[in-house]
Parts: sequence; C-alpha cells; structure tokens
Amino acid sequence: MQKKTWLIIALMLVIPGLLFTVGCQKKAVSQAKAPAPAPAPVEQEPAPKPVEKPPSDWNISQNNIYFEFDKSTLTPMAQDTLMRHAAWLRENTSATVTIEGHCDERGTNEYNLALGDRRADSAKAFLVDLGIASSRLTTISYGEERPLCMEQTEECWAKNRRGHFVVN
Amino acid sequence: MRRRIKLYILIMSVTLLGPSLSWAEYDVIDITKPFLRKIPLAVPLFKNAVGSGEEKQSSQEAADFLSDSLDFTGYFKLLDRGAFLFDPETNGVTETDLNFQNWTVVGAELLVTGYYRLTGDDITIELRLFDTFKARRVLGKKYTGKVANQRDIILRFCTEVIKYLTGGEGIFGSEIAFVSNGTGNKEIYISAFDGYNPRRLTTNNAITLFPAWSSDGKWLAFTSYKAGNPDLYIRDLAKAQESKVSKQGINITPAWAPGKFELAATLSFSGDQEIYLLTGSGKIIKRLTKSRGIDVTPTWSPDGKKIAFVSNRSGNAQIYIKDLATGRVNRLTYEGQKNTQPSWSPRGDKIAYTSQMDGEHHIFTIGTDGQNPVQLTYEPRDNESPSWSPDGSLIVFSSDREGPNRIYVMTAFGTDQRRLLVLAGEQTNPKWSMNHQNN
Repeated sequence: MQKKTWLIIALMLVIPGLLFTVGCQKKAVSQAKAPAPAPAPVEQEPAPKPVEKPPSDWNISQNNIYFEFDKSTLTPMAQDTLMRHAAWLRENTSATVTIEGHCDERGTNEYNLALGDRRADSAKAFLVDLGIASSRLTTISYGEERPLCMEQTEECWAKNRRGHFVVN
Repeated sequence: MRRRIKLYILIMSVTLLGPSLSWAEYDVIDITKPFLRKIPLAVPLFKNAVGSGEEKQSSQEAADFLSDSLDFTGYFKLLDRGAFLFDPETNGVTETDLNFQNWTVVGAELLVTGYYRLTGDDITIELRLFDTFKARRVLGKKYTGKVANQRDIILRFCTEVIKYLTGGEGIFGSEIAFVSNGTGNKEIYISAFDGYNPRRLTTNNAITLFPAWSSDGKWLAFTSYKAGNPDLYIRDLAKAQESKVSKQGINITPAWAPGKFELAATLSFSGDQEIYLLTGSGKIIKRLTKSRGIDVTPTWSPDGKKIAFVSNRSGNAQIYIKDLATGRVNRLTYEGQKNTQPSWSPRGDKIAYTSQMDGEHHIFTIGTDGQNPVQLTYEPRDNESPSWSPDGSLIVFSSDREGPNRIYVMTAFGTDQRRLLVLAGEQTNPKWSMNHQNN
C-alpha cells in the first residue's frame, strides 16, 4: 500500500516534469526558428536602435521594411521597424506618409505590381492598427519597376523586396 | 487609320488577272500543325517593264520584301535564287511562258512571279502565285499605286497568298504594341507586325505599361504613372483622346472583350486585387473575381464567354479559367512554382503563359483543358509576355537572351525564334493586335 502511494507520488512529480521538459524543448525550437524567416538582408538593415532613443531622431524614410520572396506578410523585423515609424508619426502629428511597395525582379511585372500593392497595404494596415490615422497614410505600388539594386543575387533581390516610406 | 484611307485612294485598281479561280477549294496548309513541313517557295526577281536602274532597284526591293514577308509566317522554305534556272529579264511571268519543270526540279512547290513597272512615282505590279506541280496559276493580281505605298501593295498580295493557303486572313494587317524605355521612361510604342516603322505612341514621361488593343484596333488601353498613381488609360487612337480609371490602389492589366467596347482589368480600391469588367469609357460594370489575394492579368477566350487570369489563391501564382455565365472557376496550371501572363489563342484551343523555373522564365502553351503543357523557349534567361498573332500561328514575346530585353517572334510551336527589332533601351510587354490595316 505504502509502495503504491509512493509510486503515485513519484509519477505525479515525474510526469509534469516530463511535460515541462517537452514544453521547454518546443519553446527552444520555436525560439531558434523565429529569426530564420527574417530575410537575408538582415546585415544591410541598420541594427535595431536602443528603445530609449527618442522617436524624433528616427528617420522614417531611411528605414525600409523588407519582405520575404513572394510574400506580403510582415516579418518580426518589419513589425519592429513599423513600431518605430508609428512612434515617430505619433510625435510628428502633422506628417503624412506615402508607403511604397516594391518587389524584386523575379516574377513578371503584372503580378509584381499587385504584390507591391499588397506589401504597401499590409504596412499601412499595421500602422493603422497602432493608432495612426489612415488619412495620414497613402500607398503606391511600383512592383519591380524601381529596383534599388541591379545585380542577380539573393542579397540584391532581398534589398529590392521593400516597403519604403516617403514623408510628403 | 490615316494610312488605310490613303491606301484606298492610291491603289486605283486591284484586278484579278484572267478567269477567276476558286481559291479556297482546299486548304493547302493544315493550320493545326503547319510547321511540321515547310512548303518550298520560289520568289524570283520580278520582270521589269522599263528596265531603268531606278525601276530595277525598286523592283528588287519589292521582290525581297514579298519573299521576307511570306518567310515571316513560318509556313514556307524560301528557295535560294542562285539555284533558279530562270532569268526574269528574258523569261516570261505567265503560265504560258513558264516551264514548270524548271521549278519542280529545284524543289519549288509554289512560285510567285512579278511584272513591275515604275513610271515617275507610280507603280504597276502584276503578281501571280503558281502551283508548280499542278502546273497552274492559283492567284493573279494587278496593283497600281504610288511607289511610297509599295509595302502595302506587297502585303495585300501576301494576304491573298495566305488566304488561299490557309483560308484565313493571316497577320499582314496587324501591329504590335510594346513598352520601350529608350527615352529613360517606359513608354508605349507601336510597330507593324514585322517590326517595321516603330513609333512612340505615349509621351507620358512616366512608367507606362501593359498595352492592350481593342478587337477593331481603334482603342489602346494601358497603365501609366503619369498622374502619380498606376492608373488605367483608354486611348482613342484616331483622336488621341483618353479616358482614365484612377481609383485608389492599382488600376492595371487591361484586356478588351472580343468584339466589344468593354474591357477587364485589375483594380484594388476595395483593398484586394480583383478583376472587374469595365465599359470602354472606364465605368465599372461588375466584378468578375472574388477571392482574397491577387487576381490579375485577365485574357479573354475568343468567344468572350470565359477569362483566364492569374491568382495566388492556392498560395502561389497559378492560372485559372472562369466561365462567366456559370461563375465556375477551374485551375488550369499545376506544374511550376509560378505561372503568370496568360494569353488565350485566337483559335481558342490553347493558352500561352510564362512559367518561372530555376531562376528563369520560359514560355509555355497549354490546352484550355489543362492538358499537354509544352515548353516553347529554352534560351536563358527570361522569356516573358507571350501574345498571339491574330491568326494564332505566331507568338510575340520579350527575351533577354542577347542581354537587354528585346521583342522576339516564334511560331505557335516554338520554332523560328527571331528578334523583331532593335531599339535604344529595353523592350517588354508586347501585345499583338488583330488585323486592322489594309485588309
């Protein structure tokens, strides 16, 4: 009887322990994976600035966001940049911004013009969700018509898959 | 348009020589597989009436242009004049003067002869087409006009030849619109079917893309950033007047409904890229697609009952067909990561498109039932924007195989790939018109 009780107690301790371990592992895996979808141009992007830096020093037009190939969803890095854009827009209440959606040259130009439109729209939607008035934000797609970088390399393509912000 | 009117005035007479022949009694060329065997054709120099140096030069230009134009179709194997047992100066050009054995022995199955007279600015050309094995004339035409209209006269005869052989109108009355950035901005240009006389249509000084011809050739729709946004313009070519579709977002990829003053185009004012049916003046009639994500690049079936278009509803860009009466949508392409730029053949049976593969783009055709995708281009790197000739025998496309993007033409089976023209800058987005000149 006593033996059985001990066994139950032991199991009660061990099983949640195992579950916890599994849970940790999962978390570790997802943490390891999280930065992976970030596009290659990470090195080209300015390192994330310290949070304490005042938004007034933030230059919205010099901080592009970047997209994965054939995607218009926002990467964690892009979301981080957009949060800084939002902070800047909150401080500069009279500023209006044009969001340009761009693509790399792979794919055909009709489709890319539509893809650039979706990219600009998803950046705008994110800023609106952060409380920026939609009337302050206009979008325009340039598709693959205005590449920044002309080489046939992934590094170059990644630079071209961008959302660019112009203060009007 | 102006050209056509002038042509009617200047070509005073087009006479069928001798008794009329029933020239559509059989189609010599099987248009479903015409390029399996090219017909050996001889086009010797024309016989000259006066014999002046000026006349000889003009006459040779006419014979060479006739030869080149028929060669352009891909139907013929043009025989080398050096092998001919024939002297146009001394031999005659009618069936009674011709020794058909002289032609069959060099392999010619068809023969075109010409009798050419130049008087001042006026020309008279008699042109005859012979079936050398049957030893008979199958076509005979006499044209008079101004030497400045020699090209149009020769093309009218070429159209008769193609009509006799295929029963169709051919391509010689068609034009090609395309985008060129030679001025530093992408603008729309138009040339004849063979690249002759390329001229700039737009002076927008801004990105201008996606030309689209109406069936009658009187209207050209396109997208331009000239007012800042990618807006749709619908231009009356004769009056040079435009109407504009300028909604928030993109206003792109127009495609005219066959035989109608209506067009389909992608607009994104709703927050989603959807295809709409518009009147020829740009008013929305109705929405044609309803699917979250990108729907773009419509192309009409020749009967106007269906559209093919590009959608990423499956996760990547593929081509779909929508039956406009039933609303039913079927996915057409399954092979390849991204398939875009569909172009429905005027014969109705095939759709040409661009497939992205291993970092390159290549042009394919596929049956409208989704069967038998066939790769037509292999030259690296990017072969894009296929558009069919009005008779469905040829495809125009852009390629960077020689460096910059240029316009090329090939047969519907991928044979006879050749560059159409050379211009400053790069040329993209070609669109072949229906026949709307001369014919």
